[in-house]
Amino acid sequence: MMEAEGDLLEVSMGPHHPSTHGVFRMDVALDGEKVVRLKPVFGYLHRNHEKLGEDHSYLASMPYTDRLDYICSLTNNWAYALAVEKLAGQAVPERAEYLRVITAELTRVQNHALSVGFLLQDMGASGTPLMYGFREREKILDLFEALTGSRMMCNYMRFGGCRVDATPEWLDAARKVVRDLPGFVDEYEALICTNEILMARTQGVGILRPELAVSAGVTGPMLRASGVNYDIRKVDRYGIYDRFNFKVPLGDHCDVYDRFMIRLLELRESIKILEQALKDIPGGPVMDPKAKIRNFRPKAGEAYGRIEAPKGELGFYLISDGGPNPYRYRVRPPSFVNLTILEDMCLGHNVADVVLILGSVDIVLGEVDR
Amino acid sequence: MAVDEGLKIELGKQGVFVTTLQELYNWGRRSSVWPMNFGLACCAIEMIATTMARYDMARFGAEVFRPSPRQADMMIISGTVTKKMAPQVVRLYNQMAEPRYVIAMGACAISGGPFKQGYNVLKGIDRYIPVDIHIPGCPPRPEALLEAFMALQKKIDAQHLTGEDRPRHLDAEAQGLFPVPGQGEHDLEPAANKSVWTVPVVIR
Repeated sequence: MMEAEGDLLEVSMGPHHPSTHGVFRMDVALDGEKVVRLKPVFGYLHRNHEKLGEDHSYLASMPYTDRLDYICSLTNNWAYALAVEKLAGQAVPERAEYLRVITAELTRVQNHALSVGFLLQDMGASGTPLMYGFREREKILDLFEALTGSRMMCNYMRFGGCRVDATPEWLDAARKVVRDLPGFVDEYEALICTNEILMARTQGVGILRPELAVSAGVTGPMLRASGVNYDIRKVDRYGIYDRFNFKVPLGDHCDVYDRFMIRLLELRESIKILEQALKDIPGGPVMDPKAKIRNFRPKAGEAYGRIEAPKGELGFYLISDGGPNPYRYRVRPPSFVNLTILEDMCLGHNVADVVLILGSVDIVLGEVDR
Repeated sequence: MAVDEGLKIELGKQGVFVTTLQELYNWGRRSSVWPMNFGLACCAIEMIATTMARYDMARFGAEVFRPSPRQADMMIISGTVTKKMAPQVVRLYNQMAEPRYVIAMGACAISGGPFKQGYNVLKGIDRYIPVDIHIPGCPPRPEALLEAFMALQKKIDAQHLTGEDRPRHLDAEAQGLFPVPGQGEHDLEPAANKSVWTVPVVIR
């Protein structure tokens, strides 16, 4: 805590504030323009996700996972399916694994396109960068809708595969979208990355030292922007990620600009994975024929399934007592854990930078409060 | 008083534009409904998508999202209202200037939706504030939000400036402030505002 002279001004930012990405409150104490203390207040969107998970059967919780991080429903599905498959010892067919990688990477692309758009919106670039992000997102949402029937709440994955198979026409449409994506990233980078205002506002702002990031449990693009090489796709190699050739971009300066750039670089790596997956996708079933849909009761035990969601490590911890519902259903949400170090990043900065630092964390309140 | 349609067209050919004050007034109001920049949950993303290039809510004069309730005409309740958030939603509604309209977007805002069983979820925002349009869906598509907005425009168009059925903002006696619920021991107190919400009768 810094020593302040004179009276402090206490400002309550949120829960209705255009830059808090939903209903999130920060109790900020200001000395002039400088942040002296910042207390995040959660719970304005606490929707009892974990309690409802214990009341519902395993399969009935799948649509609820869509609504955790509502921008990336398919990666949430995957993390939950992975945890239940681990619990039940369920295998997944080859084609379903490929479809999972394709949908998850498309989700990552649209999430990152959106999150850089929102970050720039918070910076004051009102509308235009976000419109570019949404333009790409709509193309990807069209693919999701054609495959799963819903734009946002896909509810696509099942324990032992995926709900429906992709048609050859869908795969062609996906190839076309992926072919156009590098052009979008080029355009975006050319338009904004060397923008003077962006660099002045973000470079050297919101420093997160790697030691603090590791000890606080920060994951995802935030951690990699601090220079720590940790990507669960490389560490765990869950699914079939060991078959793809991709790099993990790392930051150097640990500031908001690095977090912004990491997301753009990850977009390029995701496109690489998508190209390989769409080229190699084999035929075959998308559901394991031995998978049990009705009367699904995994044997007693516990399992933790985790994936690299676009925002970081998303994990589901399940305890089964042999019944149709999980005994304990716990979510390890990346953006909640990433948000816990908000005060450390904001201290000493201007109050206008708090908005920017929060934007660089890339939170979704559905996941933070659950 | 309405102008005869045939006469209006005939005069229009002569370059004379005839209208009533009421039509002009309603046309002006319905063409510049400014929504409040207020996202609650999942539906907020679809609300933002509606304002973006593909769906382009600007065609209806509703693209200017105002962060302040004082400058906004319409509140889109875009998502789950929890019991922690409900008092702030009512307070924000109270801070809006008349004429003001509310769209309850999505299943959660209407009834609690998939989270209805949750101990912290309000079972519909119409328990505390008057809602003009309900849109079902989880989340509703952007087209559904546009449809709801067009329905709201029709509603504004049909409002009379004078008379018994004049809208709330022209009625000096109308209720302006709605009571903000407080956090009780187990639930929000009161559990509903009886002047705007009655317990629905289930016909079996």
